[in-house]
Amino acid sequence: MSSTEKKPLEKVCIICAKGSLEDVYATLVMANGAVMEGIETNVFFTFFGLEGIIKERMNHLHTATTGNPAMRMPGGLPFPTMLGGLPGVEAGVSKMMRHQMEELDMPPVDEFLEMITAGGGMIYACKLAVDMFKLEKEDLHEEVDSIITIGDFYGLCDGDRTQIIFT
Amino acid sequence: MSTKTIAGAQINVSEEGYLEDMDQWSPEVAKEIANEVGIELTDKHFEVLNYLREKTKEGEALTIRKVGKSGITDIKGLYTLFPKGPLKFSAKIAGIPKPASCV
Repeated sequence: MSSTEKKPLEKVCIICAKGSLEDVYATLVMANGAVMEGIETNVFFTFFGLEGIIKERMNHLHTATTGNPAMRMPGGLPFPTMLGGLPGVEAGVSKMMRHQMEELDMPPVDEFLEMITAGGGMIYACKLAVDMFKLEKEDLHEEVDSIITIGDFYGLCDGDRTQIIFT
Repeated sequence: MSTKTIAGAQINVSEEGYLEDMDQWSPEVAKEIANEVGIELTDKHFEVLNYLREKTKEGEALTIRKVGKSGITDIKGLYTLFPKGPLKFSAKIAGIPKPASCV
């Protein structure tokens, strides 16, 4: 018996439960990367992660400028928390982040979802969270396949070369 | 690096099978590499391959998004042409280095 036999990943199921710009993009980059490698991909958006698939808000996600110790000023100096709380600062910083990503050919959220489904990836919304935020299927982007329960989600995670990733 | 005989020619390839020198490429080499990954090349495939080679020569980093906006095919079409590896397989068949891009 060989213990060095490679067993490539066949399926990933990615859960996005947070709705800041970087949380949603972490999910999207990982999902798209998996699809590009020929790995079967399911993405499950829940709680604040739903921000990433709500039509009206998905392309205007923010990154937190307060309570974010990793935040830096352009040039590398620490970003003062007091400054982050001023009106418009978070919006401005987030816009700058989106611009930087666009330069690396990272698309806006809606286009990113389309790239994932173009390669056969599947996008789902969590039923409990959708009910909690009083949303309807129409509020969600067209690329969202359906609203499913957590039980349905686990049902999609079968197979012994499957990994669940919580971003 | 190792040498491999592809379509009757001695070709330098990386460990993963990407060509080391894109000038050693020919349509025949492309066809043979494509066969290895189970793809039968059509004219549309060659349009994509030529686009990738051109952009690589210009020093541009390639992404599937860029190919999708090239006017040759959209991203869905790219997945249909190169299933399970729109950038990985197309780059290998186009004789260009393994793409270093994450999108």
